[in-house]
Amino acid sequence: MARALLDVLNLEVRYGGIMAVKGISFAVEEGEMVCLIGANGAGKTSTLKALARMLPSRGEIRYGAERIDALPAHALIGRGLALVPEGRGVFARLSVAENLAMGAYHRRDHDEVAADIEYVHALLPRLKERARQLAGTLSGGEQQMLAIGRALMGRPRLLLLDEPSMGLAPLMVEKVFEVIRTVAAQGVTILLVEQNARLALEVCSRGYVMESGRVILADSAANLAADPRVRHAYLGE
Amino acid sequence: MGDCQPIIPAVDIFLQQIFNGLTLGSIYALVALGYTMVYGIMGLINFAHGEVVMIGALTALATAKALLAAGVPPPLVLLLALLVATLVCMALGAAIERVAYRPLRNAPRLAPLITAIGVSIVLQQVAMLVWGRNYHSVPQLLPAGSYEILGAQITEVQLIIMAVAASTMLGLMQLVNRTRLGRAMRATSESPAIAALMGVDANRIIMLTFVIGSGLGALAGVMVSANYGIAHYHMGFLLGLKAFTAAVLGGIGNLAGAMVGGLLLGIIEALGAGYIGDLTGGVLGSNYQDVFAFFVLIVVLIFRPSGLMGEKVAERA
Repeated sequence: MARALLDVLNLEVRYGGIMAVKGISFAVEEGEMVCLIGANGAGKTSTLKALARMLPSRGEIRYGAERIDALPAHALIGRGLALVPEGRGVFARLSVAENLAMGAYHRRDHDEVAADIEYVHALLPRLKERARQLAGTLSGGEQQMLAIGRALMGRPRLLLLDEPSMGLAPLMVEKVFEVIRTVAAQGVTILLVEQNARLALEVCSRGYVMESGRVILADSAANLAADPRVRHAYLGE
Repeated sequence: MGDCQPIIPAVDIFLQQIFNGLTLGSIYALVALGYTMVYGIMGLINFAHGEVVMIGALTALATAKALLAAGVPPPLVLLLALLVATLVCMALGAAIERVAYRPLRNAPRLAPLITAIGVSIVLQQVAMLVWGRNYHSVPQLLPAGSYEILGAQITEVQLIIMAVAASTMLGLMQLVNRTRLGRAMRATSESPAIAALMGVDANRIIMLTFVIGSGLGALAGVMVSANYGIAHYHMGFLLGLKAFTAAVLGGIGNLAGAMVGGLLLGIIEALGAGYIGDLTGGVLGSNYQDVFAFFVLIVVLIFRPSGLMGEKVAERA
């Protein structure tokens, strides 16, 4: 097996005085689509935030050939690691076009950026229609699309997605996941955090189940979906 | 401001006060931008900003005196003095941010506020040690001519101040609204954490914000000393408070608001100073001019705390 693109070893994250992530280890191979599922408060978001260096942590985070656990958050996108944060985090007072431009903030290859805007517009046509609108005026689903499009503007190698289905109508959730699948099919490695375990296990090839800050199960998506514990606790069966 | 001669017809006085107010307001607006930019990006009221303006004025003055003594022609003296003052203030702004505010980035809001007041006192005292307690007269470097419009006088100095302030503000709006740096500034002001995900180094953006605001402050300092013909170590205090008032009036955090608030405050003050004698039957004179700014501040805080153009003022989490 090739060396993993992302290799996490004994990750611990303290958040507001409590240990939200209690020494977890996992890996994501290049080109894989992996999910992190679990109940609310299991430590999924804290894990992603630590990977994106939005939260301090202990333990090793290896990305590609280097350790990134001592880097500042703003150094990651240039290395191809992008996070679509929980709650989308679009810049409400910037236009849609400006949000996309922010996604390419670190890039100097202007011609390529222009081409990527075309690509994102083709993938997410609504963003083109609403290019001049302030992002804060978009619907929740459109904001999620914008957050994903903005992350794609950074040409990520590894895309971290935090609860992309949160607060969206079922039809919109489907659309968002269709986009995620398209992105994955183009070779972007994806680590997906989702409360909607059914959906996550449908689109991903492997998954980790978190509970109270620990990884309690790690298996292929198919096996997890068939596991009685997962079925009972997270699939509502 | 306008010495009211009772015989002059009313239109002249009114127009005169408007000219005076626009001049003063242009300066307030430039200083207010420094407050509002820093507030917009980090939620801090940088009370030391007025002292940066003062340092700008006194640095320009010292440079101008030295250059004049060396026989440099006046127009060049003005440009060089402005350049030196701007560079000194930019460096000062960066240093204040680095030394006084950055270590408090994650501290409770009160800590940087008190630090700001401390920095303000330090700068004032240092300026007093360097330049003394005296009022310094500012050499006339700008043309001294004036024009008459409907009986009111507008001096070339006033025209130059208004023109330079207007074009500087236009340039700033272009920078903030049209450039990559401006976009990063606006993104950082919304969320430094999310902006960091895009590769924005918030510390760098914050420092640049201080640098730009301080540069505008230097320009305002030169203008205010050119307008009144004097400069002294204490001049930043009242000017800073008034410009802060202008920023609150316009809606703190909002650039256009700072400009509108500055101009408006200047006009209110000038009109107030011009008419307070008539309004109070001579009981209060134009020396009560300073009252208006703070009266405006109180009224704004009571009736529209978010300012004229501001969004709702929310305590940042």
